[in-house]
Amino acid sequence: MEQVLSTFVRSIFVDNMIFAYYLGMCSFVAVSKNVKTALGLGMAVTFVLFCTLPINYMLENYVLKEGALSWLGPDFGEVNLSFLSFIIFIAVIASFVQLVEMVVEKFSPALYASLGIFLPLIAVNCAILGGSLFMQQKEFANVGVATVYGLGSGLGWMLAIVGMAAIREKLTYSNVPKPLKGLGITFIITGLMGMAFMCFSGLKI
Amino acid sequence: MGLLSEKNKDVLFGPLSINNPVVVQMLGICSALAVTSKLEPAIVMGISVTAVVAFANVIISLIRNTIPNRIRIIVQLVVVAALVTIVSEVLKAYAYDVNKQLSVFVGLIITNCILMGRLEAFALGNGPWESFLDGIGNGLGYALILIIVGFFRELLGSGTLLGFQVIPQAFYELGYANNGLMILPPMALITIAVIIWVHRLKNKDLQEK
Repeated sequence: MEQVLSTFVRSIFVDNMIFAYYLGMCSFVAVSKNVKTALGLGMAVTFVLFCTLPINYMLENYVLKEGALSWLGPDFGEVNLSFLSFIIFIAVIASFVQLVEMVVEKFSPALYASLGIFLPLIAVNCAILGGSLFMQQKEFANVGVATVYGLGSGLGWMLAIVGMAAIREKLTYSNVPKPLKGLGITFIITGLMGMAFMCFSGLKI
Repeated sequence: MGLLSEKNKDVLFGPLSINNPVVVQMLGICSALAVTSKLEPAIVMGISVTAVVAFANVIISLIRNTIPNRIRIIVQLVVVAALVTIVSEVLKAYAYDVNKQLSVFVGLIITNCILMGRLEAFALGNGPWESFLDGIGNGLGYALILIIVGFFRELLGSGTLLGFQVIPQAFYELGYANNGLMILPPMALITIAVIIWVHRLKNKDLQEK
């Protein structure tokens, strides 16, 4: 339980996807122009991370890792398929995104109308694949911890993009030097927010 | 048509400055920031991305007329993932230390927006040779930014370049100290912001209203 809680808090504040690893920067910069759309994309990313991480965790531990196939019989104990992990992970993510898109379109047209344009974008959001690759690297103890890590990273990403969008909405009224307008000032603000988030890095739970 | 006609030259050299993937098209920013605290991983990353973009562009351009439109993103992702797997295995075999430093960011080339961006915007509508040049050009434009950022961060942050000490010992005795902040993540963002600033100061038509 303690591990679950600490993984959750760490993944939101300390190992924040944006401020510590810069994952998902492309959509972070492109979609953070107003709070409403930022919130929509943040929720979609959180949901997809929350669902794909346990799937990829199971695949990693029961199919891909060295010796993971031993449940099939002693002959498979030596098989190491980890070189396939990139293709498998991205295939899971891409097909899951497609699935979510179809399910949402069928059962909740209102949600689809508000999220619709972002769903295809999510398949190529670095934060999603990054979550799976970090999961592979960190070797979580069980599927519960991996799921919580997915949820936490998603929430951290959402927190970052909503905060950024709120600042950018206010920024339209301020007098920024011309060459820095848009992209440049967004980067500087993200850097400053990252510095602020660095004070969480000593957090011990 | 020559192999390097006027248009192809634009395709190849445009992305180096006026149409740079990182500072103008806003593509591939994620990895541009994370791997640049030292110069060496930045160079390796630049070369890897250039290779993957060039070959992915060629492959997608060759099969562009047979891909059904609805599933094209999955097809592109699979082609790219296969190429990245090859790059990752090569790096593990010949440059193990750098591979360890790059850690998950080699795998993240798959979702690097430069790849999807160029595949969607260029390879789906152009022949294999132009696509190859476009891939090389964009890869090099990306590598250029990575190298500039890596150069400044390593020089100011640890006083070394490619692991060699370049700031003489006498400076440290006079009271010069390495700026430890340059190694930390936020300074990468600010370094890129400064590059954008300088770049837009020179190219006024890129400035946003």
